[in-house]
Amino acid sequence: MKDNNKDIIDTLQEREYQYGFTSDIETETIAKGLNEDIIRTISAKKGEPEWMLEARLKAFRHWQKMPLPTWAHLRIPLIDFQDIIYYAEPKPRKKLSSMDEIDPELKRTFDKLGIPLEEQMALAGVAVDAVMDSVSVKTTFRETLAEKGIIFCSISEAIREYPDLVRKYLGSVVSYADNFYAALNAAVFSDGSFCYIPKGVRCPMELSTYFRINAEGTGQFERTLIVADEGAYVSYLEGCTAPRRDENQLHAAVVEIVVERDAEVKYSTVQNWYPGDKDGKGGIYNFVTKRGICHENARLSWTQVETGSAITWKYPSCVLAGDNSVGEFYSVAMTNNFQQADTGTKMIHLGRNTRSRIVSKGISAGRSENSYRGLVRIAPKADGARNYSQCDSLLIGDKCGAHTFPQIDSRNRTAMIEHEATTSKISEEQLFYCNQRGISTEDAVGLIVNGYAKEVLAKLPMEFAVEAQKLLAISLEGSVG
Amino acid sequence: MLVVKDLHASVGDKEILRGISLEVKAGEVHAIMGPNGSGKSTLASVLAGSDKFTVTSGEATFMGEDLLSLSIEERARKGMFLGFQYPVEIPGVSMANFMKIAVNERRKYRGEEPLTAAEFLRLMREKSAVVELDSKLTSRAVNEGFSGGEKKKNEIFQMAMLDPTLAILDETDSGLDIDALRIVATGVTRLHREDNATVVITHYQRLLDYIVPDFVHVLYKGRIIYSGDKSLALRLEKEGYDWLINDYKE
Repeated sequence: MKDNNKDIIDTLQEREYQYGFTSDIETETIAKGLNEDIIRTISAKKGEPEWMLEARLKAFRHWQKMPLPTWAHLRIPLIDFQDIIYYAEPKPRKKLSSMDEIDPELKRTFDKLGIPLEEQMALAGVAVDAVMDSVSVKTTFRETLAEKGIIFCSISEAIREYPDLVRKYLGSVVSYADNFYAALNAAVFSDGSFCYIPKGVRCPMELSTYFRINAEGTGQFERTLIVADEGAYVSYLEGCTAPRRDENQLHAAVVEIVVERDAEVKYSTVQNWYPGDKDGKGGIYNFVTKRGICHENARLSWTQVETGSAITWKYPSCVLAGDNSVGEFYSVAMTNNFQQADTGTKMIHLGRNTRSRIVSKGISAGRSENSYRGLVRIAPKADGARNYSQCDSLLIGDKCGAHTFPQIDSRNRTAMIEHEATTSKISEEQLFYCNQRGISTEDAVGLIVNGYAKEVLAKLPMEFAVEAQKLLAISLEGSVG
Repeated sequence: MLVVKDLHASVGDKEILRGISLEVKAGEVHAIMGPNGSGKSTLASVLAGSDKFTVTSGEATFMGEDLLSLSIEERARKGMFLGFQYPVEIPGVSMANFMKIAVNERRKYRGEEPLTAAEFLRLMREKSAVVELDSKLTSRAVNEGFSGGEKKKNEIFQMAMLDPTLAILDETDSGLDIDALRIVATGVTRLHREDNATVVITHYQRLLDYIVPDFVHVLYKGRIIYSGDKSLALRLEKEGYDWLINDYKE
């Protein structure tokens, strides 16, 4: 089996990253580097009001004083923050009023990515905000959503058109001082999505943002803000890809979610940034801060399928502020070749009878390192809080690593906290059994991994679950041992 | 169909098969018996292509092709089926999904179109009836939480689904109660045709009451030391292996 597997590993490692194409779109960028002038330029290009510029500058000044975080189980090469272009936009930039006005090359890019920008996507019932490099290109279905009072647009537009809403919520969950990358994002964020669901409204379709880094030497810093007002519901999906490049590109996003009383938000991510080649060259550095706050009786559910990026640093978290609120985190994080992931969640129980559930499925292959890092904190006043955590690791081959760093901090005697963890390998017996039924080792690995991740995949909206399954099979089949 | 000549196989330094010769023709049923540790399961695994064992010498052809040069899955797609003594669990992978891939791989090999969902479900229903397999089991994960009897029935269900040319059943009767044994054995018999063949590895004559063998072979210390017709199994049941082993020793 060893030799056989070696062949498979070899062939699979040469498998191309499917989304590694570059689009030949004229891009307008600003000069490399980061200083107050650059921030003023970004803000001016976006036609932002003064308060926004002030907020950016405040964040930038704070960021300059912050040390680079080093606590994660990651080997992060030195990043020269002055060697990055902080703003790139597809050219020419004019007000787009219909699909026909979009650069055909850009449209082809989104077609290749399978992003249905056309009206035909009505069938799929998905509203998409596509962010290419730094600019939100097109938000579909605006009118349909507007009838219900739902706002779904780019964050730049929201800053201009709904300044009161944005000012009220932006930075309320993730402050600029939260951490190094959040501060950087607050200073230079270029675009992203904004979503507001009014009181008592159930969003009739999945909302989706698609992020793509295209231009060379650029970083992408999106800012997403989702507000579900009292009793509202929304399911939101985010997808990401980037071209293959030998250099590393930085992606430092912030996602903030406010879930008001009795509201519910489901946030699903399928992250497939370019992971680098089989020797670990290139790939996206993904340093993301995602956090939501739940008020009374509110529910926030994070589901993530992480297959891409050279380095992933990401902990979608829930602050369970209101009584009886619920936080959930379902994650599949897969690493292959030289990828590194340090990902997990924080569940902060502040209110009474708050409940949280964590299901983390790590899959490590090749020479990758995959860590789960979690914090469950029960505050003194969180009577009757409950947490259940399950952290499973699946190892493929004998050169990869799986690590678990769970932290529990309970300050209330009535809290109930459960933690379960398993580590397993794909066994030779399982592969032999599949082979004997005519299933190739490659397919068998995909099958077994998808079976392992099923509990999490089942949480994704149907059409994305299918995509995620394929993605797992493709990115993972790399190494069997 | 299957021709094995002087096959030697070992695991590490230890030789387990020490010169097996066997010919199985279409329409035949062969039974392989023998004391524990004689190499019966190893023979089944080696024929299926398991790389836990190394074939050190000898040859084998299957449907006229060199068996030993084929991968495990190629052998399976050509119609070789191994009924496992200890079927493994594959958590989270539904039996239906697993079988759909397996069936379509076999069809692809034969140059046939994959089955549509409706055709596949119909096939599943029809074949699960062969072994009276509870249809609920096919929606569960592969062998996960199945009882011993259910696992064995599930093996024969898979055999029915894949319609093999040559089925090698490794102690399919072990661990079965009387009713389950009848169901499993009847299932195997119903699948038997003039254009396929079955090799059953067993410890007990009682299986052979249902699956009547054309030949019975006794395997001992990695060699077939005696072959006979179905009456041999009856004699072994009565007298044990001693008389044969003693013969062999002399």
